[in-house]
Amino acid sequence: MVKKEMIAMLLAGGQGSRLGVLTTRMAKPAVPFGGRYRIIDFPLSNCINSGIDTVGVLTQYQPLRLNTHIGIGIPWDLDRNIGGVTILPPFERNINTDWYTGTANAIYQNIEYMESFNPDYVLILSGDHIYKMDYEVMLDFHKKKGAAVTLAVMPVPFEEASRFGIVVTDDAKQITEFQEKPENPSSNLASMGIYIFSWKILREALMANSDRPNLDFGKHVIPYCYEKQQKIFAYEFNSYWKDVGTLYSYWEANMELIDIIPEFNLYEEYWKIYTESQVVPPTYVGNDAYVERAIVGERTGIYGRIYGSVLGCDVRVGAGTEIYDSIIMNGARIGRNCHLERAIVAEDAVIGDNVRLGTGDERDNDTRPDIYNHGLVTVGERSRVPDGVGIGKNSVVAGDCSSDDFPNGMLSPGSTLIKGGDRR
Amino acid sequence: MRAIGMVLAGGNSRRIKELTKNRAVAALPIAGNFRSIDFALSSMTNSHVQNVAVFTQYNSRSITEHLSSSKWWNFGRKQGGLTIFTPSITDDNNLWFRGTADAMYQNLSFLKNSHEPYVIIASGDCLYKVDYGKILEYHIEKQSDITVVIKDLPAGFKADRYGCVKLDENGRITDFEQKPLIAPSNTVSCGIYILRRRHLIELIEECAEDDRHDFVSDILVRYRDIKAIYGYKLDTYWSNIASLDDYYKANMDFLKYEVRSFFMEEYPVIYTKADDLPPAKINAGSHVKNSLIASGSIINGTVEDSLIFKKSFIGNNCYIKNSIILNDVYIADNSHLENCIVESHSTIHGDYYHKCEQGIDVVVEYGDRFII
Repeated sequence: MVKKEMIAMLLAGGQGSRLGVLTTRMAKPAVPFGGRYRIIDFPLSNCINSGIDTVGVLTQYQPLRLNTHIGIGIPWDLDRNIGGVTILPPFERNINTDWYTGTANAIYQNIEYMESFNPDYVLILSGDHIYKMDYEVMLDFHKKKGAAVTLAVMPVPFEEASRFGIVVTDDAKQITEFQEKPENPSSNLASMGIYIFSWKILREALMANSDRPNLDFGKHVIPYCYEKQQKIFAYEFNSYWKDVGTLYSYWEANMELIDIIPEFNLYEEYWKIYTESQVVPPTYVGNDAYVERAIVGERTGIYGRIYGSVLGCDVRVGAGTEIYDSIIMNGARIGRNCHLERAIVAEDAVIGDNVRLGTGDERDNDTRPDIYNHGLVTVGERSRVPDGVGIGKNSVVAGDCSSDDFPNGMLSPGSTLIKGGDRR
Repeated sequence: MRAIGMVLAGGNSRRIKELTKNRAVAALPIAGNFRSIDFALSSMTNSHVQNVAVFTQYNSRSITEHLSSSKWWNFGRKQGGLTIFTPSITDDNNLWFRGTADAMYQNLSFLKNSHEPYVIIASGDCLYKVDYGKILEYHIEKQSDITVVIKDLPAGFKADRYGCVKLDENGRITDFEQKPLIAPSNTVSCGIYILRRRHLIELIEECAEDDRHDFVSDILVRYRDIKAIYGYKLDTYWSNIASLDDYYKANMDFLKYEVRSFFMEEYPVIYTKADDLPPAKINAGSHVKNSLIASGSIINGTVEDSLIFKKSFIGNNCYIKNSIILNDVYIADNSHLENCIVESHSTIHGDYYHKCEQGIDVVVEYGDRFII
């Protein structure tokens, strides 16, 4: 009989709408990060590095990119005869066919998958954080404490604690109280959305709550276990952990990689991050190019000047172009004599010649100031920005744009220009 | 594809000096991320040749390590796959491979047990990209006994490293001389051959009976008058790594856009073993010009007209010019390297100065390294 001590369930179905146009056509876990990675590479690599070889990836929102990225799991050594990675989309059934209506509901709908591995423990992960964590150490903690549920938590500054789900623990790290976004937090330990459940406990909790609408771990399942007086422990994690849920935090996390010895170091040998990449050839830096403080993916060609930026694979930067503090994703083409400042240019976008991104003064975005802020200019996937135009700060452009879309060749700061269609 | 593939990767070349001390020629690092054998193997997989054998002997470990999994080249199928043949002691043989034909003879069962009607023989130390299917079509159209891929080299090349051929107007090879002192023509053999599998078995068996062991001199050259041997002209990039000079030039060719684009961008591209290294990092104070930087490298100094291979570290205030820095090299601050090839895994301590005034020097320095 198949037996896996612990299996992982990775929630990758969310849109991540606070990443704006970056997630128009892919789920947040598929968004590129750090030049050649995608966000989901971090939890997947953590799994294999922690010795977990059975991972169910729950998809729902725009799964195509995730499906092609994960495939049969070869890059993560998750192509296994027994176990390995399995993509779990919602499916039709005899009665009660439904989308995944909540995090725990998605897990509930895949009880059969989990049961087939006869696990002792189930690790619940989300696909939207950048971190390196040994889940095996967390499991050891779980076993040592005899816990029913273990939550990974990390200390946050007290002044920010009211943005998180906070747990209060006793000296033995057993959780005595939960506070969801408290005004006056009595602890600074924030839940990271990483749970280890003893399988029987999880199964019982899911079955008992299966009828609840939008069944959620934080809102329903954990409180249920708490009410049932199960032993819930907090496993404190004290390393780099970055939520890249907003456009600004996403940009910031990328920029942090450029530091001379970054807090989150990708160059360590013993905890490799794996990714799917068909592109391996080296990057070419041209004769009149200049690169200073940059991370550059494979097969990129740089003919311009780059300062403090993250470039993906297969990017081209034309001669005379200057790029400051920007993220340029895989396959993007930047023309000649452009000036980019704090730009996020998504995959396969084409920027013409003499384009200025991030010009003018700072003004709030007219549609989503909560997303497009901090002076960032965002260009969506497969978009086209025509020659000679300027785009102001806090703006967003997506789709196949022509010069008609830019009155006086300029898009004023805080504009939103979202057109249908891909560039041709 | 109606052919099986055989890649000859057994050789050594003293002319490559220190670089083949610990590796086979076919395992030499090329263009930042590749090894020379990748080019033959990728052409095989891109031509849908599914059943491929690699013959290796000299420093075979370097090849078998690189071929740790056949999935990088999309082999490893139920139909076909990648097989590595190293010399082995058997009931009736305890010899090394005494030549290319002998290597095939010792593994004749591979040829006999295949069912594909044709065999493609390719060498593992040439850089090229070719559709073997087209050569096979030509082979069939010409009703050729053996087809040899050939290339016109520029006048004034040194012929003593190549097989030189002369053709008649139909493309049939009338003269084949192996490594002549004076080249009779500027057309050379590229080390890629196609022939019928049954025919190859016969030739190899005849050869073995006469105690002859080399495919080129004992089959191609010896049989050139009685067999219809045709030349298929290659008009795309091809280079052979037979000397240190060749090796340096072939790598430097990748600084040209046309060469990079031909091998790395135009579909189908060349594949290699995946390494899962982070992207290259170029820190403040760097000055990189006309250079290739492979993944996992960290650059702090000046790099001009050079190739930096995977996982190398270039310290502050270094000056690297016209050089090739191979994999996993650590070069500490204030070092100056000009016209050098730095061997893989070297550690160069600070304030090092090496400028080769004539030709190319191979630098091998295994200093202590402190790993952070």
